[in-house]
Amino acid sequence: MSVATPLVEHFAHGLDSPICLTWELTYACNLACRHCLSSSGRRDPRELTTDEAKAVIDELERMQVFYVNIGGGEPTLRPDFWELVDYATAHHVGVKFSTNGYRITPEVAARLAGSDYVDVQISLDGATPAVNDDVRGEGSYATAIAAMENLAAAGFEGFKISVVCTRENIGHLDAFKALADRYRAQLRLTRLRPSGRGADVWDELHPTAGQQRELYEWLLAHGEDVLTGDSFFHLAGYGESLPGLNLCGAGRVVCLIDPVGDVYACPFAIHDAFLAGNVRAPGGFAGVWRDSELFQELRGPQAAGACSACSAYDACRGGCMAAKFFTGLPLDGPDPECVKGHGEPALATVEPGTVPRPSGDHSKGVRPAPVTAVPVSLTPRRPDRACDESPLAGLDPIPSNALAGTDR
Amino acid sequence: MTEASVLDRAWGVHPQVSVRPERFGALLYHFGTRRLSFLKDRRLLAVLEHLGEAPTARAACEQAEVEPAALPAYEAALARLAATDMLEERTS
Repeated sequence: MSVATPLVEHFAHGLDSPICLTWELTYACNLACRHCLSSSGRRDPRELTTDEAKAVIDELERMQVFYVNIGGGEPTLRPDFWELVDYATAHHVGVKFSTNGYRITPEVAARLAGSDYVDVQISLDGATPAVNDDVRGEGSYATAIAAMENLAAAGFEGFKISVVCTRENIGHLDAFKALADRYRAQLRLTRLRPSGRGADVWDELHPTAGQQRELYEWLLAHGEDVLTGDSFFHLAGYGESLPGLNLCGAGRVVCLIDPVGDVYACPFAIHDAFLAGNVRAPGGFAGVWRDSELFQELRGPQAAGACSACSAYDACRGGCMAAKFFTGLPLDGPDPECVKGHGEPALATVEPGTVPRPSGDHSKGVRPAPVTAVPVSLTPRRPDRACDESPLAGLDPIPSNALAGTDR
Repeated sequence: MTEASVLDRAWGVHPQVSVRPERFGALLYHFGTRRLSFLKDRRLLAVLEHLGEAPTARAACEQAEVEPAALPAYEAALARLAATDMLEERTS
């Protein structure tokens, strides 16, 4: 039997089809979260039509993509949202969608509870209205809790409560877990990225070094009970790996399709530098996934650069590509939240005004920017890991002598 | 479930499981449990392909030309897949 190559290497070199992908259906949103990674607010007139979206689903079915993580914006604002969900599940593409809960009425909850092929994530960024609403907007805590009540009352077990970890809510970890237990839901914690509007609040909201340590200890203590989307592998630099594959899936096993059909390496990298193509091109999504130069490059060997001398590099792999890019750091250097403390000095050398800005801004009150290409030179080698929304979320470290493994 | 009996019972891939062949083996996704699993071996994939028709898992292994010396490894893999509902026991 041929088990010479560790499985994680196969993933790092990319699969013929993504395992899953994030698909943001619309930039429209009823909220205006301060850290929105896609700078959502207003619908983009170029968004995929119902027929175009169905054609993408047809392709995903042919490629045997197991499921899509649907987000936005607030995806349920699309008038054809349920039509697309039904179309996907009828075509063997599972759906997991993220929502602020606005449309999760008792009727919708009952319908969701009846489907094996649809999973729901309710976003919540504080265990109190004050902390949550400060980031997500007034009334958003009550909306999310009402949605959870409806899902629990309908008997939907195991929906996800999805939290972006910030300086303001690290102290709420136990309270989030209690909330999840109360609704028979599962807690999912992910990393705040300086992406989209997150770039504007990152300095203020990203966890302090002490809080990162606290989070790491908490995650180790809770193990596989709590999902992380492989979000925090930069914390593996502390010593122990967290559950999961600790792999950056960007362009290798995951990617993002945005509302206008643009395909990016990952949901946190909405910038021309990480744009691989568009599903409207003649080759469709499959053509982009298989042939884009960017993705080919991401699937090649990666260099450690400034991190090569660090003892933690094998564990953290230099951290998250998007976090570095949007803080102005070189991609082959330390993560801005490097647990060995190499992020701060690196950030201090970044010249003000040179930090790349996210490509699109659909925030309300912002005029659409003219569509122009931003010339960006990329470091030829990208770090070898990093990300969230990884389908690998929860994969066990793989026993080298086992023929089959299972996630969790 | 007695460990030793896995090979001597009839199994099939769970109807809610999607199997995707890969160069290294295969990926399995269970739509009910929302778990992702992987097979690190093409021959194990061949065993799974025979499983639904074979009278026992042992027969499926034979059809997939598993060497007798390797059987315990396949038994362990099948047991793990059964324990996570990727496989379902057949009564007929």
